Amino acid sequence: MGRYIARRLIYLLVVLFVVSAITFGLMHAVPGGPFDREKALPPEIIENLNKRYHLDEPLLMQYGRYLYDVFIPRISATPPQGSVDDDFLITVKLGNVWFKWMNFGPTYSSRSRTVNDIFRQQLPVSAQLGIMALLVAIIIGMPLGILAALKQNTIFDYLGMSVAIFGVSVPVIILGPLMIWIFGVTLKWFPPTGWGAKPPFVLGIFPRELGPEFFRYAIMPSVALGLGSSAIIARLTRASLLQTMREDYIRTARAKGLRESLVIVRHALKNSLIPVVTILGPLFAALVTGTFVTEVTFGIPGMGRYFVTSITNRDYPVIMGTILLYALILVIANLVVDIVYAYLDPRIRYD
Amino acid sequence: MTELLTVEGLETQFRTREGTVHAVNGVSFSLREGETLGIVGESGCGKSVTVMSILRLIPSPPGKVVAGKAIYQGKDLLKMSDEEIRHIRGAQISMVFQDPMTSFNPVLTIGRQVAEPLEIHMGMSRKQALERAAEMLAMVGIPNAKERLNDYPHQFSGGMRQRVMIAMALICTPQILIADEPTTALDVTIQAQIIDLVKRLRDELGMAIIWITHDLGIIAGLADRVAVMYGGYIIEMAQVDELYAHPTHPYTIGLLGSLPRMDETGHRRLISIDGLPPVLLEKPNYCPFAPRCKYAVERCWHENPPLMSVAPEHQVACWVDTQTGRER
Ligand SMILES: Nc1ncnc2c1ncn2[C@@H]1O[C@H](COP(=O)(O)OP(=O)(O)OP(=O)(O)O)[C@@H](O)[C@H]1O
Ligand code: SF4
Ligand SMILES: [Mg+2]
Repeated sequence: MGRYIARRLIYLLVVLFVVSAITFGLMHAVPGGPFDREKALPPEIIENLNKRYHLDEPLLMQYGRYLYDVFIPRISATPPQGSVDDDFLITVKLGNVWFKWMNFGPTYSSRSRTVNDIFRQQLPVSAQLGIMALLVAIIIGMPLGILAALKQNTIFDYLGMSVAIFGVSVPVIILGPLMIWIFGVTLKWFPPTGWGAKPPFVLGIFPRELGPEFFRYAIMPSVALGLGSSAIIARLTRASLLQTMREDYIRTARAKGLRESLVIVRHALKNSLIPVVTILGPLFAALVTGTFVTEVTFGIPGMGRYFVTSITNRDYPVIMGTILLYALILVIANLVVDIVYAYLDPRIRYD
Repeated sequence: MTELLTVEGLETQFRTREGTVHAVNGVSFSLREGETLGIVGESGCGKSVTVMSILRLIPSPPGKVVAGKAIYQGKDLLKMSDEEIRHIRGAQISMVFQDPMTSFNPVLTIGRQVAEPLEIHMGMSRKQALERAAEMLAMVGIPNAKERLNDYPHQFSGGMRQRVMIAMALICTPQILIADEPTTALDVTIQAQIIDLVKRLRDELGMAIIWITHDLGIIAGLADRVAVMYGGYIIEMAQVDELYAHPTHPYTIGLLGSLPRMDETGHRRLISIDGLPPVLLEKPNYCPFAPRCKYAVERCWHENPPLMSVAPEHQVACWVDTQTGRER
């Protein structure tokens, strides 16, 4: 297992390298630049800006510089200066030197902020929203799918699957405002907008306090974002459990005299969840990266807005950083799925 | 000998898109204490459905037992509550299935699965049950039984898995073991080993056996009596020696005629007789074997023959005396 994980981490580096190359190429192939305005800026200002951000260098050199800043760690005797150029995501004091790693560069939209600032302040909020939405999707989806399968072709099945269809077909942009109006404004159960956790975050991701305040804010947007995925999980769980219940070993379990509830819990559930676990990786990545509409709807200070505007504004470092980070999340999510998979199914051994 | 299980007029149907499949059409037989009853017949003739109906393991829908009785210890298995039949399954009547590959749960250890009947029927603790499971595995010839409890099914070979399956079925020392083609998926040498194992266990534990197979060759050395099935009916039933000495139904004669000799090729073929097996979408009012029968007479096409006694302990469902060629 250890060797397998090591191999996957090397593969991760390759993925990140390829993704960075493609993104870099595409983003410079698209016409337009970061300092195009309706009313054009004076040429000498543009020249200065280009020089300031090294945009006047040949592309290959810019790319090399980017990789160097992001991937190659620095050891230096001086502590971080807090300046835009000396902002590393990871800084550790080792004895009397500083280990600094991952400088994702400045953002063109602000003179004093860096991409790392966005990663520190906005990204965790999006990640929290994505994780909560995944939990909602699992907590709603799995029981619904199990119920529908066990009560196949009964009112429960139809009801459950109708909820599932509702979940996939009503987009956040409708569901969100509806929820805000009903549960936020009219019933006043939840604050209509905002997010309960503020930076700095524990381990760069988690809220410092996971109390009622966090959940009061998180529940509505998480449900709005996760409901569609819960529908996917419900349908897959249903199909998978129905399939499993037809397996020979289920008949064996019944022939041994097991109570039907035990047949389901002990012999069917674990097997039927194996395919469901497989999609959790991509689903999680889709949720974390697909938070834009939810964030805008619920006024959540997350990553989505920066990512979308960075593309229209050709804010190259933000585009690069975000895409690399999303790729990282996707690969790690899939790795976690593979590990869970091996735990669920003893036939699978990685080595 | 006293009768342990008496099946009478068992009828099982499946509702399918094409129509109602009449899989078992009024099957009656009995099983005596300590006896081994063979059920033979070609694929699809209703062997599995018959025994699964008795234990109420028919998937429903689409399947349904529409008539009949299966009396065990004075009670009808087909009428008792779910809870009652549950206490009989695996404790007093247990089953071994054909495919040792798919019949085990791939994500549970062999120990858990073999010990499970003891936990639910005997109220043993997990630990006690596992100890007993190791003994049982050793008894069916699994080397290092104790260490192998923690292995998963895929870590066993096909033959070993079928031994484990037998251990699992016999762990509560049932009165009846139903074996549904337990050796069909195995190669010939392993088949022979499994059959020897079952014979040995039968002598040690004294259970009665219903052994289902395609292969009349296996039955000869194992069974006391044989029931031959065709198209959802039992069409001949006799003591094993009598059946081999005086096969009477044209279908049985065909089966024995096409019985391949082991020494020629080393492999047994599955039975094959000219013509197609019957379509089960109707309950025929003629002899179901008539379309393939060399002996058929007019009457065969108008009336389905019931089982008739032709000798002590020997019944046949056929209008024609195949020895003389005359109608009965
Ligand atoms: N779940 C089912 N749905 C519909 N028809 C079924 C079902 N199970 C069995 N049947 C039908 O019942 C008939 C008898 O099947 P059964 O499994 O008893 O045959 P068999 O004698 O055991 O054959 P084999 O030697 O291939 O195991 C077959 O024609 C089959 O099509
Ligand atoms: S009853 Fe007639 S058709 Fe049927 S087996 Fe006998 S001879 Fe053949
Ligand atoms: Mg069968």
